[in-house]
Order: sequence, then structure tokens, then C-alpha cells
Amino acid sequence: MELICPAGTPSSLRAAVDAGADAIYCGFRNETNARNFPGLNFSPEELADGVAYAHRKGVKVLVAINTFPRAGAIELWRRAVGDALGAGADALILCDIGLMSYAAERYPAARLHVSVQAAAANADAIRFYMERFNAKRVVLPRVLSVSEIAAIVREAGCEVEVFVFGGLCVMAEGRCSLSSYATGLSPNMNGVCSPASHVAYEEKGGAVVSRLGDFTINKFGKEEPAAYPTLCKGRFRTEISTGYIFEDPVSLDAATLLPSLRKAGVTALKIEGRQRSRAYIENVVRSFREALAALENEQPISERMLEAISEGQSNTLGAYRKTWR
Amino acid sequence: MKLTLGPVLYNWEPDVWRDFYFRIADEAPIDTVCVGEVVCSKRLPFYQDLIPEVIDRLIASGKDVMLSSLALVTLERERKQTASLAKGSDIVVEVNDITALKHVAGRAHAIGPYVNVYNETTLAWLVRNGALRVCLPPELPASSIATLAKACSDVEIEVWSFGRVPLAISARCYHARLHKLTKDNCQFVCGKDPDGLSADTLDQQAFLTVNGVQTLSASYVSLIENLSDLASMGVRSCRISPQTCDMVAVSRTFRQAADGALDPQEGRRSLDLICEGIPFSNGFFNGSAGVRYRIANVLR
Amino acid sequence: MTISHTPAGAFPPLITLALRPLPLLPLQLFLSAVLRRILGQHPRMFERLGPYAGRSYGLAPSDLPFAFVLHTASTAPTITVVRSLPPGLDARISGPFSALIGMANGNYDGDALFFSRTIVVEGDIEAVLALRNAVDDADLNILHEGAALLGPLRQFGEILLTRRKSRPAPDGGEGPSRSDRSVRSWN
Repeated sequence: MELICPAGTPSSLRAAVDAGADAIYCGFRNETNARNFPGLNFSPEELADGVAYAHRKGVKVLVAINTFPRAGAIELWRRAVGDALGAGADALILCDIGLMSYAAERYPAARLHVSVQAAAANADAIRFYMERFNAKRVVLPRVLSVSEIAAIVREAGCEVEVFVFGGLCVMAEGRCSLSSYATGLSPNMNGVCSPASHVAYEEKGGAVVSRLGDFTINKFGKEEPAAYPTLCKGRFRTEISTGYIFEDPVSLDAATLLPSLRKAGVTALKIEGRQRSRAYIENVVRSFREALAALENEQPISERMLEAISEGQSNTLGAYRKTWR
Repeated sequence: MKLTLGPVLYNWEPDVWRDFYFRIADEAPIDTVCVGEVVCSKRLPFYQDLIPEVIDRLIASGKDVMLSSLALVTLERERKQTASLAKGSDIVVEVNDITALKHVAGRAHAIGPYVNVYNETTLAWLVRNGALRVCLPPELPASSIATLAKACSDVEIEVWSFGRVPLAISARCYHARLHKLTKDNCQFVCGKDPDGLSADTLDQQAFLTVNGVQTLSASYVSLIENLSDLASMGVRSCRISPQTCDMVAVSRTFRQAADGALDPQEGRRSLDLICEGIPFSNGFFNGSAGVRYRIANVLR
Repeated sequence: MTISHTPAGAFPPLITLALRPLPLLPLQLFLSAVLRRILGQHPRMFERLGPYAGRSYGLAPSDLPFAFVLHTASTAPTITVVRSLPPGLDARISGPFSALIGMANGNYDGDALFFSRTIVVEGDIEAVLALRNAVDDADLNILHEGAALLGPLRQFGEILLTRRKSRPAPDGGEGPSRSDRSVRSWN
């Protein structure tokens, strides 16, 4: 299985390559990708340099152009397609039907991957992208169990990439307007979710109140670990109970499921976190590289290999092991 | 301007569900009515058998009918449900997930608000593929709506104009989670909240609404003050989404306002009375945070 | 997102006391020289700030008797040493000095430091993110740059260096083992 690693900056790209990634995914410094955060991402020149660095070490670069082009401004997204291919990208990660049809017609040799933002959650939807746009790989939304993934691999006959570590959308990706409801900025249109421009932290007598736009998303007591005010991981009040009604501030860690994911026929494992620091990327990539080496040598994945990335945090197996099945 | 009634998004008692559509058929000035389960595949069996008589009654009263498909399809059961919509009748299917496109190949269909149509290339592709009408994603601003309506004047463009706005869909059920139940054994607790379950902020500010696997706004979208803008952009239909308030009264208010028989601000005041204090929003349309409501500047 | 419970180390009170009478001017001259040196090696660092270039940041080590103000004008960024942070800054980051330095050096993950409440971030969060990302990309080694310039104060730098090395990084060090932490199912 290939290890697909995030890079938010050129130096993260080099760190991920050096730490053992098989492929890097990254995006341009604008609204054409779903991590359109300040200070992050690549200019076309930086991408070309990054691709050259990665290729010298036998590592591929996949470019995410995974927001939905704005009506009347599609040229920006089309230019991103051309720039990515011009820089030597090995594949494009796309979600918009119009952009995919453009890329497939204009650059028939380009390898297209279906972004998680397309929320292709079953074999019929996946085959649609394969048949209409010659997509070669799908990044599955984080709503499926391992057995459902195995069934999709069998039926769709397409390369399948799944998330194994990092931040976790609990809503179907590419179909969520929670952020824009509170702030006016959305993952689909602007490449941001719960954007920092609308975040405020207020320290009140040792407690931290996190706010997004006009809304309180969470309050943390003195000793309690804090969390970024991502809307679906906030505390809310209902007549039944008050708390994390959608999801606790947990992150995905499917490292222990690597053997079953391999058995399910998964082609590639994806690590989330283009917005995270070089330190995070280096640690996580190295840990998963070790775990994969153990898996390939039919050795058990030792707890020690993954300690570096599992410290103190609260993790979940996500949908991979649904308790309600 | 046509009026389209969206599908009931909540888990209503089967007889309440049927009687609602009967009354719409008999009394509401609505042009097109959507029927079908969009949110949770587990709810459909309860009222599935009532669908034919509801459709007959709607057609008999002169309304166009569309069958709406599920918004998120992951299970085998859901794939079959989606496939079955296009079989056995020639009623137009409203596609709410790419999954359904396979089953409507070669026949006229509609695209629902859960399919991501953000730009003119995607719209044109879907129209070439057989879409006759498209209800745009509710988060689109007026500038995008105008561009899309202009780009494809041969397709009927529809805009989410009334009702809680769908914000997210998940494989997990938040009603079940709140009641400490599993999704498979959910006991259909979402039925306790026919207008959704309020999820307020810790400061008790109204914010979101839980509806099983779906999350909606607490506010009702209302574009009653923006109808002339919509018409001048080339939008041909307004979607009105069922809530527990008097939907016949809501549709009459929209009809009158769209026809110029009711001043937009009067329209807003009428809706205020009908909706009994539920806050309104039109922020998405105005390109701001969706939750906001901007009173239109009307020149008299 | 990673939530870390391992606090970055604070200075022992003795060192803090020893630093208290330190006059600010030599420190100011020294830091300005470090900044010049860093900018000489990473001339494009603040370009990455894009529209955030020009913002001012307060950096307040909670275990030192002074703080820093960083102005990020892309043409001539400056760093100023102050006894306490002035009002009117765009953003303020406070926490143990070793955490702030570790973050700037790319040894620590800023998110983890924030989630574990090791650092406190106030003001324009977007500007803070931009700075964090720009600095992270530059691959700095502030302590080496500083030590290279220190001369007579070299000992001070060495204390910092050894302290940093003796502390585990919050993203990669001691903490509950995998078996201790909670792995949750999804419903």
C-alpha cells in the first residue's frame, strides 16, 4: 500500500519525502484547494521545485484542486490544472464535475483522482467518475466501514485511497455548509472550514471560550485540553443533553487496521494534515512508514512504532469499525 | 415564478405525511411537488405504500410531481432504493446524489439541492446529460445564481427559498447518538421532533437543528423579500421546504409576493406570523454568513 | 487534531531571577542581529505571510521577565524587547520560552501546544496561523543563529540549547502509551 502524505509548505514536502512518503499531496496558495489557510501552500514555482525534489527521490506528487470552482471565475481553477501538470504533477485530485470534464478533455493523458470532496461513497458513484472522466482512483469519504470498503474495491474495480490518520470530518465531505452558515466561508467554495479569520478565544478566569463568528462553539475548564472551534466538534445544548452532540474533538487513527485495509484491497493510505507543522508531518509519516514496513515483512505492528503520534490524544477508528453495524 | 414544494425532510407519522400532501394537493398554489425520502433510508418503509395515492392525488389536482432520491447512499439497501426510483413509472426523478445519475441515464430528470452545482461548466455538463431542472445548492450567493441562470437559460433553475436549510449529511445518526442508541436500533427517535431537534450554543443561542443523519439550520431561510431579484436573474422556481407550520399559508404568501400582489415586507410580516417567532435567514443569498437576515432595500 | 498533555518545560525560577536585572538594550541589539541574520538566510520568509505582512505580534514568555514585539513589515521586519506587551498588537502568543522557541524552530507542533494549553493565543488567530506557517516553512534554527552571534553571552545560549534538548517535544515524547489512551468507537 502506498503512503500518501500531506505538505502545506515546501519544507513540509521535503520533510515528508525524507521521512518515507510514497506520494505527497499539496495545493496552490489560493481558493482552488480545501486547505486555503494563511501562510500555507505552494506557488507554481514552489510546486515545480517540490516535484523535482520528490521525483529525484522516487516520490510522486499529487495536486489537490478540490474546491468547487466559483461561477464566473472558473478560469482560476483551470489555470491550477494547467499549472499543476506543467509543474510535473503525477495526478490531480479533483471533485467538481465540470473541472473533471475539462481536465479529461483538455489533458487526456493526465491521471485523475476523485477527491474525498466528491463524496463518492458507493460503487455506482465511483463508476460514474471512472466511466465519464476516466478517473483512476477514488479517495473514499470517511463514512464507510472496512467491509464496505472491501465490497467497493471488488465491485468498482478502481484504485481506492482511504484516510488512516488525522482530522476527521464526521459529515459527508464536500456536502457540508456548517462553516458558511456561521461565517460565510465554506470548504466547498473557499477551501476553509471554521476559518481562523472568524475564530476568537476568550480567556475567562482560567476557562477558555472558543467562538466562531457570532457563536460560542466550546468552553474549556482550567485543566481541560482545548480544541480548535471546528463546528462539528463543538459543544451544543439540546433538550436531551449538552455536549459533543456530533463528535468529540478526536482524530482518526486507523493504524491498527492496516492489515484489514490491505486485505480489503486498498491501494493507498492517506494522512490528513496539510495545515499541520513540519514536526507533525515528519513524526506521523515516519511512524506509518515503520508500521508499513512491519506489515510488509509480516511482522506485527508494534505499539512502540506509533507512540510518537499517539501521545495523549483521543483517537477514534472512525467509521471503519462502526459499532452500529 | 413557479413554486416547488421540496420533500418532507423530517420523520412524520405516515398519516400526517399523507394528509399533509393531500392538503397541499387540494389547497396550495404550488406548481411542482417533490415526494420521497431524502434523509434516512430507514424511514421510507413506514410511508412507502402511501406514495402512490399521494402522487395520484397531486397529479389529479394538476401538480407536477418529482420523486426525490436519497442524499447519501452508502448501503446496499440504499443503492437498491435509489435504483428503484426510476423503475416502473415515468415520474421525473430528482437526483440528490451522483449515484442516481446511473439510473436516470437517457431519461429526463431533475438535479436536487444536494448535488454540487457551483459553476456553469458543471451545470452545462448536467444539462447535456439530461437534466431539465436544477435546484441549486442553498449556500450559493446571488452572484453565482445569476451567472448560472444566465449561462444555461434552457434549464429551469430553482433556488432554496423557504425552510430550514440543509447544512450537512452524515453516515451517523445524531438523534440516535443523543438518545444513546445505535443507528441500527434507533427506535426512530427522530419521529419525536417533527420540526427537528434544536441544537443551541452553550449560551442558549438558537443555531442548528438535528434531523437524524441530517443537520439543518435553526433559522428558516426566507427569500420572500428577494423574489424580484430572483426573477430578474432568470430563476424560474422557488423551493419551499416543508416545516410544521402552515405550509399552505406559506405557499400562498409566496405566490402573492411573487405575483406582485403582496409587498415583500408585508410578505415577511405574514411569514413571521405563520412561523411563530422562528428566526429567518437569507445570508447565503446575500453572500454573507448564512445565518444572517438582511432586510431588502425596496424603492417605492 | 493532536491534543498533547505534555507541557513544554518552564525555566527554573533561579534562571528567571538571574535574568530579571538584565538590561534590555544589549538583548535588543542581540535579537535585532539574530533577526537580521535569519532574514539574510531566509529572505523570503515573510513573503509567505501574504496579506498578513505588516501585522504585529506580541510574544510573551511566561517564565521570563520580558516580552518581544515582532513587526512583520515585509521590507524591514523588526523585533523589540519590552518589559511587558503594549496594547494594540494584532495578536499575542504567550507560554514557556522553550515552547515558543521550539515552535519557531519547528520542533514542536503549535496546534499541540495550544490544545494542551501550554501556549495561549489571543487576537487575530488568522494572523497567528500565517506567521506559524511562514516560520515553519523557513526551517529555522534560532538557537544556532543566536549562539553563533552570542560571543560573551554564549553561555546563556548554551543553557537554552541544553534545556531544549533535555525536554521531549510535545509531539513526540513521553506521555501515555498507546494502550492507555482511549480509542473510541464511532457511535
